[in-house]
This record gives sequence, structure tokens and C-alpha cells, in this order.
Amino acid sequence: MRSVEVADVFRDEWSRLVATLMREVGDLTIAEDAAQDAFVEAAVRWPTDGIPDRPGAWLMTTGRRKAIDQIRRARRFDDRLPALGAQAATATSFDAAASDEVEPDAAQILDDQLALLVGCCHPSLAPDAQVALTLRIVAGLSTRQIARAFLVSEETMTRRLTRAKAKVRAARIPFGVPTLDALGERVGGVCEVISSIFTEGHASATDTAFIRGELCEEAIRLAALLAKLVPTDPEVAGLHALLLLTDARRMSRLDRDGRPILLADQDRERWDHQMIARGLAELARAHSFQHGGPFQIQAAIAALHATAPAFETTDWQAVLRLYDVLLPREPSALVALNRAIALDHVRGPEAAIAALDAIPPADDLTGDVDGYPYFHSARADILARLDRWDEAAAAFERAIACSTNESERSFLRRRLQGLGGVNPRS
Amino acid sequence: MKYMLLLASDPADEPTPTDATFGPYMAEWEAYTQALVEAGAMVAGEALQGAETASTVKVRDGKRIVTDGPFIESKEVIGGFYVIDVADLDAALGWAARIPNAHFGTVEVRPVMEFDV
Repeated sequence: MRSVEVADVFRDEWSRLVATLMREVGDLTIAEDAAQDAFVEAAVRWPTDGIPDRPGAWLMTTGRRKAIDQIRRARRFDDRLPALGAQAATATSFDAAASDEVEPDAAQILDDQLALLVGCCHPSLAPDAQVALTLRIVAGLSTRQIARAFLVSEETMTRRLTRAKAKVRAARIPFGVPTLDALGERVGGVCEVISSIFTEGHASATDTAFIRGELCEEAIRLAALLAKLVPTDPEVAGLHALLLLTDARRMSRLDRDGRPILLADQDRERWDHQMIARGLAELARAHSFQHGGPFQIQAAIAALHATAPAFETTDWQAVLRLYDVLLPREPSALVALNRAIALDHVRGPEAAIAALDAIPPADDLTGDVDGYPYFHSARADILARLDRWDEAAAAFERAIACSTNESERSFLRRRLQGLGGVNPRS
Repeated sequence: MKYMLLLASDPADEPTPTDATFGPYMAEWEAYTQALVEAGAMVAGEALQGAETASTVKVRDGKRIVTDGPFIESKEVIGGFYVIDVADLDAALGWAARIPNAHFGTVEVRPVMEFDV
């Protein structure tokens, strides 16, 4: 069996297996380690023995056996260390359950996966811990992969995950199926975690674009899973649509040297039109619930860009109207920045520069754009069109100083030099 | 599982006996404590006198050092606590959110250490 196929099975089966084991043993570490051991055994045996008829059932049986091994080891340890008594207690009931070899039905598996995802995104865990746990436990990324994607050492990521799992155990964070009320309260937090995983991949803070693309794919997979688990939430559908419509443009966002290409200059032929179609269908599904929300509005904006045949023919009026609806709901500096860009296309550079310059002093906006290179490069662009050359050059310098990404810096330097070319006074 | 709910608030935000809201506010506390008892979740709970009555004690090099005031000088001070016994963290967070001064103060929820010996 080729490793590609093993990877495909892994994708489908990992979170189901961990979720079932978590319900049965009630301990995240045991569930994770047992699932890991089962997949290692599959990787060793399947290439020679062939893929079993029902890979999921094979993994489940193997995972349960591994979990029992883990618990027995812990129990032997218990004889010497009574403090682990609690785990031994769960082991007794688990032994009985596992020996029955009950195959969880489809509805049970969905419930278990939802419990797992909502549990990993518990608000009592720090945001970075929620993200790390979700990627490890639900998406099945290795600690090393997560560490590389977030540019921290493997030791740091191991510590972060260990601390998170220790808190789950010590504070007894429940991993049960949430009630409908509890789900309503928690689903927004799960969306935030998935959205931040995507943002980390999309707006890469460094040059490791390849790894970052994987993060975008993981976020989309998680959003699709959440949409399957919570099929009637308009914002979940909105988030899924937003990620698809945004990621469809990924291949055209960087040039061959890894430098960013502005939306205006992107080759729209290279956009993933199949993914755009999926995003539009998901957006239509979100709208069908007739209950708007920030993710849906952002998805609608992304849809306007994704369906415009050319940058010049973008429906900027509609984009601006959507930003006007979004801004009061999500009063962030970043949304205000994007609104100002739309304003530039509808009412021109004078209105846009006034809107941009009003952002940093505004005290009703969350977040800060002053350290954000795109804010300064957008200002530079508009200032140049207003023939305010010195200010434009200063804004580009500021953008270069803010950027932490070498390919972005070189892109900005090129634009600063380009400014010299059109500046009649230089 | 036992959790301690530590109640911190700015005393300036608490209704005083001369406020019209004082009676209803006190009734809320009574009802809350009663609800904990009826749910079988109540282990202990006390309201504390003001931070100005606090003393801190530490022992250094065998010498007892007593000073005036709470651990940390801040606007929000610990005004009371409950110890509750509930199924899990979500249940504890649910009780914490119902505490009358959670509307202007802050409740810290801490699992109580359990020793199995």
C-alpha cells in the first residue's frame, strides 16, 4: 500500500478513533497515545498484510487494545503509586466495554467528534492551547508539525500540549456531548479557533509558505467537519464558505519567488474555481438560515472578489455596503482598513485616505494597524495617487520596517523604488 | 470534584446598606446560597470583611513578619469564597456565573487539590 493511501485513511479515521476512545476511557492522553499506537501498527502491517476490508473497524479494535495496554501499564504502576488510582477505576469499566467490541454507530461517532472538538476549544484553555490541542487531537497533526507551523521549538509545543492536557485533567474540563444550549454558547469559540488556524496559514508571518498552506488545508478540513457536526448553524456554514472562497486564491497570491501579488494583479485563471463553487454553495446554505453574522458577511465579500471576472469589474459598491454592515458588528481596525480600501474604489483616494488616517486614533476599534505592513503600504499607495510623494515614501518605509517576512519586504522595496520612477520630483 | 470560587470585586461597586438596591442584592446572595445547598453542591462559603481589615503573615529565617493589607494591593479585592462539589468544570463555571457580584466583579474558579492517600 502506498503511503498516500495510508495518509488518506489517517485523515478520515484519526479524529473518529480518538473521539471514540476519549468517550470510552475519559483520558485525553490515553486516547491520543492509543490512537497513535494503532496508526503506527497500521503503518507497519498494512503495507505487507494489505488494507483491511474495514480499516476503521480494524483501527478501532487495535486502538482499544492499545488503550487497555496503556491502562494496564498505568495500573501496574499504580501498585507502587496509589495517586494514579483514578485511572485504574476507569480502566475496569473500560475493559468490560472494550471486550464487547461494540461498534459505535454513525450518530455516536458524530457526537463523539463534536464532544472532542468542543472540548479542545474549551474557553478555560488559553487560545494558543486551544489551537494546539485542536490540531493535535482533532486534526491529528504531530507535535513536530504543529511546532514548525507556529515557528516554535518542538520542546515548546510539547510543553504547551502537555500543560493543556494537564489542565483538562486537573480542572476536569468535560469532553461530553454539549447540550443544545451549551453548544450555542461554545460553537462561536470553536469557529474562532478554526479561523485563527486559517489566518496563521494565510497571512504567514514568515517565509515558510509551504507549511502554512498545510495549515489552511487543516482549517478547511476542520470547518468542513464542524459544518457536518453542526449542520444548522449559519455562522459555521459562513466560516466554511469564507475559508473556501479565500483559500481558492492561494495559488495566485505569491509569485515564483514567493513574493505576494496584490489582488489587482493576480491571475484569476489560477484561482481554484472548483473550490470557489464549493464556497458559493456553502454561502448559499448559510444564507438560507436567514440569520446573518460576521463570518457570513466576510464570506459574501470574498464571494464578490472570487466571482469578479477582473479586478476592475469588482462590484466595489456591494463590497463597501457589506463592510458598512460588518464594521459595527465587528469594530476592529482591520475591518476598518479593508472598508477604507473599498471606499477608495467607490469614492476615490481623498475619501480613502481620510478613512485610513482616522483608524489609528479611533478608540472604538479593537486591534492596532500601526504595526501592520499592509496598512502602511495601502496608505502609501493612495498617497502616491494624491501626489503626496514624500508621505507615500515614508509610509512605504514604515511598511518595510513593520514587515517580518523577507519576501514581503523585498516586494515593498520594489514598490518603493517604483514610486521613485513615477515621482516627477525625484 | 471540588472547586473553590474566589470572589473578587471593587468594593466601590458593591451596594451599601443605604442604597435602595441593597435589600434585593442581599436577597440574591441568600437565594444563591440556598440554591447551592438544595443542589447538594455546597461545601463551604463565607463573606469576608473588607481588605482594610486584612493582615499578611510570612515567616523568613524563622522570624514572623506581620504586615498590614492583603496579598496584592489592587482595586478588586477578595470579598468571599465558596467551595462547591460538582461533576466537572462546566458545572463549576455555571455556578460561578450565577454569583450575584459576578455582574461587576470577577470569579476565579480553582479545582481543589485532591490527595488520594
